[in-house]
Amino acid sequence: MSDIPSELKYTKTHEWVRLDDDGLVTVGITDHAQRLLGDMVFVELPDLMEVKAGDESGVVESVKAASDIYSPITGEIVEVNEVLSETPELINTDPYGDGWLFRMQPGDESDLEELLDADHYTDHVASEKH
Amino acid sequence: MGSRTPLYELHQKTGAKIVDFAGWDMPLHYGSLLEEHHSVRKDAGLFDVSHMTIVDIIGPDAGAYLRYLLANDVKKLQLGKALYSCMLNEQGGVIDDLIVYFIAHGHYRLIVNSSTREKDLAWLNKHTGHFHISLHAKPELAIIAVQGPNARCKLLQTASFAHMDTIAQLKPFSFLTKDNILIACTGYTGEDGFEIILPAHEAIHLWQECMKQDIKPCGLGARDTLRLEAGLNLYGADMDETTTPLESNLAWTVNWDDAAREFIGKQALITQQAEGINRQLVGLVLEDKGVLRSHQKLIVIEGQGETTSGTFGPTLGQAIALARIPVTNQTQCKVDIRGRLLTARIVKLPFVRKGKILV
Repeated sequence: MSDIPSELKYTKTHEWVRLDDDGLVTVGITDHAQRLLGDMVFVELPDLMEVKAGDESGVVESVKAASDIYSPITGEIVEVNEVLSETPELINTDPYGDGWLFRMQPGDESDLEELLDADHYTDHVASEKH
Repeated sequence: MGSRTPLYELHQKTGAKIVDFAGWDMPLHYGSLLEEHHSVRKDAGLFDVSHMTIVDIIGPDAGAYLRYLLANDVKKLQLGKALYSCMLNEQGGVIDDLIVYFIAHGHYRLIVNSSTREKDLAWLNKHTGHFHISLHAKPELAIIAVQGPNARCKLLQTASFAHMDTIAQLKPFSFLTKDNILIACTGYTGEDGFEIILPAHEAIHLWQECMKQDIKPCGLGARDTLRLEAGLNLYGADMDETTTPLESNLAWTVNWDDAAREFIGKQALITQQAEGINRQLVGLVLEDKGVLRSHQKLIVIEGQGETTSGTFGPTLGQAIALARIPVTNQTQCKVDIRGRLLTARIVKLPFVRKGKILV
């Protein structure tokens, strides 16, 4: 069973979102996603730029496959986790901690309301299995 | 539900991630593809390859039949020796690649790919013609591969093979039989090791014995990264019926020693050589950061090419690929990876052999 922390928000495309004390949000991919993809070998981090919810914002590559990352909300990417260029495997070992991908200034905090909570994300993961 | 090998339940108990491969439910990995890959390069790994197809050719004309069907020449085999060959169609295109074992006079064993099983059996049957032979598929047999620098000594510590000096001395492409087990010094990883063909009911026992010797179970994911680093082709990706061995880095597997030998595809290869071979299969190492995959377009001065297989090579620490490109003297090319042109070095294969990086 994959780990789905209750305090985070989620997207249907398996990103997690954390609203931090400084008003920025941190984004990564979930434990479920990293298990599906397998050992990470390369991360293409997004540029520091404005994005809309659903825009392609980087790529994570495992030995098996490349997977696009989608921005969960509209806003501006203000920081990326450079450490992942040398150690992409952090996404596997610590997907909710050191494996974070980028941080954003939200354009509109109401976007966060549209995200899935842990229970709904759990249901979504279950529905994707066949 | 796909076909399952005799070891399927063991794989599940060991925590394998099961995926479909050519209609079989096979382990992709048991937790970490990278760790499994490194185990084989540094220690010893265990593979269930029972999904592959085993066919015995039996009869007084078995040798003559195979000399006609295969581009390599079984005449050069002694008893207890095996060889790697392509089986060609009339146009010289590759129907499959395989290993053939010379077990006894009038008895050869072929191991062919699982994805080409039906096609291969139909082809083999179609060409029995006037040869006095019979073909016997052997679905009751399993195949376990033990690969890595410590494969030999660890296998010799199992109860099944303890004190077998004959195995300790077995050289590449040699094999021996013990009771109803065939042990061959062959493999698909570029490391020392064995492939063991045995009855299904004995496979479970042997697998468990190997695990007790700390030989690590490895899945198809690691099998692919290992074989690519070793520069070994995968049928269906790196060659198929539209490519000849001469364009697939397999010219060495075509034997011309006996000019009088007729084999299917011979004339087409002669014609191709006369007209000039203008494509080759090479290795690529990505210089920029990224991952090479199959079907990525690339450019050299002489024209366009395409990757046929690609992956991240764990031992190299870089992305690698096999690619079919125009014949060229260039040492670099540009590969289109999702719209960006990245630089790759063109290299001679293999990338890695016996744990050493060669490129």
